[in-house]
Amino acid sequence: MAELDRTAEAEPATYTINQPTRMERIIDHLKADWQIYLLLAPTVIWMLLFLYKPMYGLQIAFKDYSVFRGIAASPWVGFEHFETLFTNDQFIRAIRNTVTISALGLFFGFPVPILLALMFNEVLSQTYKKVTQTIVYLPHFISSVIIAGIVITAFSPSAGIVNSLLNWLGLDSIYFLTRPEWFRPIFIGTGIWQEAGFSSIVYLAAISGVSPTLYESAVVDGASRWQMMWKITLPSILPTIIIMLIIRIGNILEVSFEMIILLYQPATYETADVVNTFIYRQGLQGGQYDLAAAAGLFNAVVAFILVMSANSISKRFSRTSLW
Amino acid sequence: MATNMNLYSRGDKIFVIINMILIGMFAISALYPFIYITSLSLSSGFEARAGNVILTPVSFTLEAYSRVLAEPMFWISYGNTFFYTIFGTIASLLFIIPGAYALSRKRLFGRRFWNLMVAFTMWFNAGLIPFFLNMRDLGLLDSYFGIIIGFAVNGFNLILLRNFFEAIPESFEEAAKMDGANEFQILWKVFVPLSKPAIATVSLFCVVSRWNGFFWAMVLLQDEDKIPLQVYLRHVILELSDDEEFASSLLDSAYSFETVSAAIIVCSIIPILIIYPFLQRYFTQGILLGGVKE
Repeated sequence: MAELDRTAEAEPATYTINQPTRMERIIDHLKADWQIYLLLAPTVIWMLLFLYKPMYGLQIAFKDYSVFRGIAASPWVGFEHFETLFTNDQFIRAIRNTVTISALGLFFGFPVPILLALMFNEVLSQTYKKVTQTIVYLPHFISSVIIAGIVITAFSPSAGIVNSLLNWLGLDSIYFLTRPEWFRPIFIGTGIWQEAGFSSIVYLAAISGVSPTLYESAVVDGASRWQMMWKITLPSILPTIIIMLIIRIGNILEVSFEMIILLYQPATYETADVVNTFIYRQGLQGGQYDLAAAAGLFNAVVAFILVMSANSISKRFSRTSLW
Repeated sequence: MATNMNLYSRGDKIFVIINMILIGMFAISALYPFIYITSLSLSSGFEARAGNVILTPVSFTLEAYSRVLAEPMFWISYGNTFFYTIFGTIASLLFIIPGAYALSRKRLFGRRFWNLMVAFTMWFNAGLIPFFLNMRDLGLLDSYFGIIIGFAVNGFNLILLRNFFEAIPESFEEAAKMDGANEFQILWKVFVPLSKPAIATVSLFCVVSRWNGFFWAMVLLQDEDKIPLQVYLRHVILELSDDEEFASSLLDSAYSFETVSAAIIVCSIIPILIIYPFLQRYFTQGILLGGVKE
């Protein structure tokens, strides 16, 4: 069959004289369809100017950058900044904190939205379901400054509700936000409080795709709702759970550092300082742009490798890729 | 989905009731911090400092609000946030709608390349420092325009809208072409009206991220007259709490530092609460539309 096709294609070769060349075809296409390129142009120019041009600027990670010389004219120093970073205790600590905070967040935070989705699915009253869903999605839309403000107020040593409760129980007040051992529980707890409800949407969507016949036959077999939840619903959404888990592991270097900047203080750097807050302090506050850019480049390269691996692994689990 | 087909056994009834109680508790814990902050903002400074506010306002007063509303910086930053939100969202749509349309057309030459160019920005980011230096080199520090243009395009929103445009049958486009419409007319008169839910979703994504954004505004803006509400709020909560002079200026008044910051927090949540019904409706759709798929 393929053989035949090829001869069929070769046959009209005699007409090539009249056929347009590749160049002419492109010109014809541009004449007819130039308008789509005009529509695309602003977005492409924007990306070049605001996302790709900074990638060119990343070379300062290998340079002794001076504001006066500019990016191109600053002298090369090779891997000097990386050597400085990897002998810097603060940077090593920042990497360790990033991974620890992410891993703890994953361990405690990952199951919550799954559990919530399973529970929402068992609510019989549609009104009750709607009202509770509306409430638990809300914190997702509130800015990190406000969330941090609420946390700071609630945990404040004098007026905060948490210490009022401790006092009421006969315990002493704790100045939570200055204590390194309390930073992670507060940060991770806040993250779960803010995002668990909203993250359950993905699982609820997966649950709504489960075939009703499975439940019907289970009912015939006399299964209880509890059994159906664990033996039908949960296994049915397992592929979604695995994909979400892979994405989260791929993004392990991504900690919501905006929230950390708002909540941490020198007293808690020990457990709170992550790579991006380190970059923020060294670069944007301290003016060591080249060193901070090197830290950022290291972070971005490792994150890129992790995300690409996560993407290719999750492709194996499902036909649809993440992108 | 498990419907109410199987509620015969006692075990099931108990399970459903316990489940409802647990969900209710979760919802209350999601809501409680907002109730606490609102009550705090409506209590007297004395009671707030003493830690007596738990659920409802104690010795109700609006003093904290009158203090906040009398502060010029509050109004300036509130106005700036509205400005950034409205014009930032318009700017985003002006880039994203045409861009997503072009990327969704099969006849676009080098389509794979252009799409990869978008996707790559979602996998690899130059980072804080190069972005900041680039903004500085472009002369966009301390500029309204810089905040609006510098964050206009977002790969996720672009892909979300592109996926939606791709799903519109080609026959619509062909019919419009037969009538002699050019690309701009096809986009504006055929695709945009057909994509209202997707465009609403993207607009809401933009509105929320603009309203809530604080980090880059804090880094890029030095001039106090240009800062948005979130940066002002951070200044009040983080910096003024350590400022003894400010704290003692509040000591004898009917409000306290806690009630004043609570009042600003409430004021800045209100607009989000007003658009929340739309948010909830469209975000759920948007998450499912744009999350997966090439």
